[in-house]
Amino acid sequence: MKTELTVNGQTRVIDVEPRTTLLDVLRDGLGLTATHAGCEHGVCGACTVLVDGEAVRSCLILGVQADGLDIRTVEGLTSGDGALDIVQDAFCETHGLQCGYCTSGMILAAHALLRVNAAPDEEEIREAISGNICRCTGYQQIVEAIQLAAERIRTSNTLKAGEVVK
Amino acid sequence: MKPAQFDYARPKTVEEACGILAADMDARVLAGGQTLVPMLAMRLSRPSVLVDITRIAGLQGIACSDDTVEIGAVTRQAAALASEVIRAEVPLLAKALRHVGHPPTRCRGTVGGSVAHGDPSAEIPLAVTVLGAEIVFVGEDGEEERFAPEDFFIGPMLTTAPMGGLLTRLVFPRRAAAPTGTGFREVASRRSDYAFASAGAQVVLNADGTCAEARLGIGSVGDTPVAVDISGLSGTRLTAQDIRGAVVEALSDLETVDDLHATASYRKRAAVRLAELALAEARDDALEQAG
Repeated sequence: MKTELTVNGQTRVIDVEPRTTLLDVLRDGLGLTATHAGCEHGVCGACTVLVDGEAVRSCLILGVQADGLDIRTVEGLTSGDGALDIVQDAFCETHGLQCGYCTSGMILAAHALLRVNAAPDEEEIREAISGNICRCTGYQQIVEAIQLAAERIRTSNTLKAGEVVK
Repeated sequence: MKPAQFDYARPKTVEEACGILAADMDARVLAGGQTLVPMLAMRLSRPSVLVDITRIAGLQGIACSDDTVEIGAVTRQAAALASEVIRAEVPLLAKALRHVGHPPTRCRGTVGGSVAHGDPSAEIPLAVTVLGAEIVFVGEDGEEERFAPEDFFIGPMLTTAPMGGLLTRLVFPRRAAAPTGTGFREVASRRSDYAFASAGAQVVLNADGTCAEARLGIGSVGDTPVAVDISGLSGTRLTAQDIRGAVVEALSDLETVDDLHATASYRKRAAVRLAELALAEARDDALEQAG
């Protein structure tokens, strides 16, 4: 089925089989493998992407359902020259990742939160990542990373969460 | 963990959707897909065609009339949770929505989808049951059919939804002008997981601070969410003893189920305690409004 997908600001029309999830469209169809396939049934959060600015599970949306929606993946956070965005940078600094499997999802869940809440408290951060499972960090450093990113976004004049370097 | 093949249709009108559903027994409605897509992935569901209703104009949105609040079936749970109208006029639903899944699933999951699925541990069906909201279907003949919750939820994931019909909206009663307090409690193994037991309560106070009306519902413990007759609390001051006595009596013959996660007797004990907590929370909420 012909489907118009806008991924990281680029719109393209591709042929998608109805049973293919957005996750598989991104990874296999478009080669955007920063979005990770974990449980593939909505439990782990590794496949989280932004749809119209909100964090959603790409394994729980069919590719055909995403027709016309604005999708953003980790590849779309920066210009792709190796620079990290403010949230990714904070994850590195606070040791908010170890194996990295959950990290793409965590970073996009953090972006979705920081778009609507510039100064989240710890409870709000934990709520925002409550659908994302991490088996390495114990979550504390991830919470610290999001707090650090929030503080930097508030106090700097650089890019806000969700904004993109052109 | 990949779904089997199916066709996909995205009708623009309710009539078109009902036509597809009526023509094919194996057609299924796709709303937010937050429960259906995992079932497809695990091949617990093998529909011939999925009818995506999320872009039908008129199935979205929240409207307030003199004594009701109507919620379109494909209104997303996140939108309902953010709604000032729901917070002000259907406060029990607003409290229940905070326990539904987690932010990413609430962004896609719909209010109507949760009701149509009929999971006994789901929070929205429990709020519908406590408040006696009407569940409105449009049939293939275009006629509306309205269901009371006790006639609609008949078993685990089993409802009396008409074949070929489409759930179009939910009609909730608006809260009373008098102080109206609500409470919602549940116990689960982790945040956002299925509850082992849940309780929703709403109380309305008289001007003298006594209870004018009390409503209670229990979810997750049996085959369906159940409304519990707690009218014995009317006229009392809702002291801890009043609540304890009424809850223990009202839940004495509550049917509870055993499964891997919790025994029937645990669920019974948890239901009683959660009901007490929900009613006490509702009382305190109402007293605060009364000043």
